[in-house]
Amino acid sequence: MKPILQVSGLTKRYGPGCPECLRRTGALHETNQCPHCRSIIACREITFDLFPGEVLGIVGESGSGKSTVVRLLHFDDEPTQGEFRIKLNGSAGAACNPDPGRNLFALGAFERRQIRNAHMGIVYQNARMGLRLKVSAGGNIAERLLMAGWRHVGQMRQRAAELLIATEVPVLRIDEPPQHFSGGMQQRVQIAKALSTRPAVLLLDEVTTGLDVSVQARVLDLIRSLQQETGVATIVVSHDLGVIRLLTSRTIVMRHGCIVEQGLSDQILEDPQHPYTQLLVNSML
Amino acid sequence: MLRVENIQKHFISHVLNGKEVVGFRSVSFKVLPGMALGLSGPSGCGKSSILKCIYRTYLTGMGKIIYNSQTFGTVDLAVLPENEILALRRKEIGYVSQFLSVVPRQPAAEVVAAPLVEEGVSRAVALQRARGLLDRLNIGARLHAAYPATFSGGEKQRVNLSRAIIRPPRLLLLDEPTASLDAASMQVVLDLLLEIKARGTTIIAIFHDQAIMDRLMDDIYTMPVKES
Repeated sequence: MKPILQVSGLTKRYGPGCPECLRRTGALHETNQCPHCRSIIACREITFDLFPGEVLGIVGESGSGKSTVVRLLHFDDEPTQGEFRIKLNGSAGAACNPDPGRNLFALGAFERRQIRNAHMGIVYQNARMGLRLKVSAGGNIAERLLMAGWRHVGQMRQRAAELLIATEVPVLRIDEPPQHFSGGMQQRVQIAKALSTRPAVLLLDEVTTGLDVSVQARVLDLIRSLQQETGVATIVVSHDLGVIRLLTSRTIVMRHGCIVEQGLSDQILEDPQHPYTQLLVNSML
Repeated sequence: MLRVENIQKHFISHVLNGKEVVGFRSVSFKVLPGMALGLSGPSGCGKSSILKCIYRTYLTGMGKIIYNSQTFGTVDLAVLPENEILALRRKEIGYVSQFLSVVPRQPAAEVVAAPLVEEGVSRAVALQRARGLLDRLNIGARLHAAYPATFSGGEKQRVNLSRAIIRPPRLLLLDEPTASLDAASMQVVLDLLLEIKARGTTIIAIFHDQAIMDRLMDDIYTMPVKES
């Protein structure tokens, strides 16, 4: 099986940078801040593949760089270094279909935005980042459809209604702004928006963090069933090993911006190798 | 079908300052297609760890686990890429432990039907076959729509087993899947296992029940004594 998404050598530095940065930070040095120039190495030399239909977990504590990785992949921020390729079925070079050999980070902002709108969906921990809270739920979804090239208002409205049904948001509230919704419902609107254009890759960044457990369970069940129905290749970022166990088949463990371990999710949970992973597993409730 | 060559498993616990625990030492055996091999030895001698190494829930420290797969030909399960292990788990290798390991908040019948649905069988047909299998294992209709997490120990084990054998895998790993069953259920499980074995499934299993070992197994591997 060929990967749908390939990331290699992905590094993000905040700060001026110096020749010491990479040598004096990372998991071995127990820090992500360069002692010489004070730059933060949020993530470094991250390399992994994502296969069609699979759910890959990225787990780690706050500040380990896991969210930085998905935000770089969503072009929310510029990487310092690294390469990123997407291989889709269908003819390469066609409208919005990236050349599989091209490093997407080397493309211009306009092309990257086009690729993102056509092929990627993201759900953030904070609904404020993924939605316009004062615009109606239907309008939020239509906005994304517009960016992906939809033009027919009736069709967009119909698609929005379908998605709200699929994500268990009452369709009667399609014209209400999400700021009137509960936290769990806001997350479901974000999921509806992310899936509206049938993306090839779905990025989930701590989507259930901060929700209470019963709401969390419903959102996770929803994600699981939608993922199985659509087969969308998914990256799940979470600090919660319970979420990782429920949703993912493979997991990457990050610490201080580095990948310290990767493997099958059940192996990570039952036979963790790295001291940090063992600590994480032993800390589970 | 499967040849285990001199595998070893050590656990290094960094939480306990690098304490090393031996899982098992130098284990070798082979299973021919369609045969059933029992692993025997006292508790704590590493039987379950061997099954987990074959299934890759544990990483194998040394040695080879040569498996003759339908999908990829002859492979070493100890080092096969993860996505290929996942493909084998979906298509060829099943694993049942004595503990329930299913997605929460899913009705029993759905849990059991899932492997068929994944294979492309229609939901209605899959659910019907799942209910039939559960009935045979004395899980009554009133439990089909309930969540397995709320079941008794023995009921959970039967759900686990049903899910694994509804679409018999080529290689089935069983880790005391009947530890909490009464004699009547045990007999049904034995019948089911003999049926899938007759249809070609290769089995590697741990049972403490001697009667099952005698009637199901073609061969027994006795674990080497480990000097601590």
